[in-house]
Amino acid sequence: MPITQEHELHRRRRGRNYGLGLVLGGFVALVFALTMVKVTNLGATQTPGAAAPAVTTSEDKP
Amino acid sequence: MTDVTTIAEGDAGFRDYVALLKPRVMSLVVFTALVGLLVAPGGVNPVVGFVAVLCIAVGAGASGALNMWYDADIDAVMRRTRSRPVPSGRVRADEALALGLGLSGFAVTILALATNFLAAGLLAFTIFFYAVVYTIWLKRRTPQNIVIGGLSGALPPMIGWAAVTGSVTLAPVMMVALIFMWTPPHFWSLALFMKADYDAAGVPMLTATHGRRTTRRHILAYAVALVPVALGLGLTQIGGPFYLALSLVLNAGFVLGALRLVRRDEALAEADAYKAEKAFFRYSLWYLFLHFGALLLQATPGVPGWGG
Repeated sequence: MPITQEHELHRRRRGRNYGLGLVLGGFVALVFALTMVKVTNLGATQTPGAAAPAVTTSEDKP
Repeated sequence: MTDVTTIAEGDAGFRDYVALLKPRVMSLVVFTALVGLLVAPGGVNPVVGFVAVLCIAVGAGASGALNMWYDADIDAVMRRTRSRPVPSGRVRADEALALGLGLSGFAVTILALATNFLAAGLLAFTIFFYAVVYTIWLKRRTPQNIVIGGLSGALPPMIGWAAVTGSVTLAPVMMVALIFMWTPPHFWSLALFMKADYDAAGVPMLTATHGRRTTRRHILAYAVALVPVALGLGLTQIGGPFYLALSLVLNAGFVLGALRLVRRDEALAEADAYKAEKAFFRYSLWYLFLHFGALLLQATPGVPGWGG
């Protein structure tokens, strides 16, 4: 039997589902972007003298 | 319990879960973490930097959710916090706990993968310090709660710095010290004009345990002790003439404001509805915002720093 009456509760549930969907989609996009950056940077570090990943840079500037 | 309340409890809207993360507290965390990240030497890939700040923000939000899980009984008594998701019944306490633990795990793990273990470890420590040391151990026990607990609010710029450099030096320590010393006068000035709330909840605020006279004196003491910290930060590698000049002005105003508070008593304050106390509280927000803004400006290429 289809729900014929829209209740305030359904609106809240729908909002929560859309919100969670957006968060999960955003998380997937984020991990993808991060992966792309890591993969490209990894290539660069294999050439001697190229910018090393952040971990090895030490503090001071001249 | 009727059916109606059962449904209401299980069906919070999305914004109730967002409210669990204390978005307003998060804005300060995001700003200071971003500055810590941007002034750190070496620079960072923009995507990695964005992920790092996001992780720090989510970690801070997670500790906010843990705080709301544990403090639901206090929040229910205080007028300011009565309508929060847990005391108002929109979100169950165990949901807040699950959200806090889950997001903490995500934030720390992703930060470790995106940057390094030092930054991730510092984030984990910050969450632990806020949720366990401050919320569970100190808040209900000692009027020094916000002094010590303030450390967790002070750490974000150091996490941002560590995310870029993988190390911690004097400059990030001084940034942490600045927020750490700033927190007590900031919160105590709030406690001066929000009095009835903390008293009713039985939270040992300094105003309740040692009186308002003492609180005013403590505010002045911290405002004075803050001066060398703020100026000292200007002498580190990330400071510069512009920062130092602005800091001098801001600190003079802060100490003068605190002096004004010490000279007032409660009768005087009540007569003008805590005007000076509220002004001092607002000023303290600008004080911190402008100090970190100045650090950001010093890091901009072309702005003269120390021999840089």
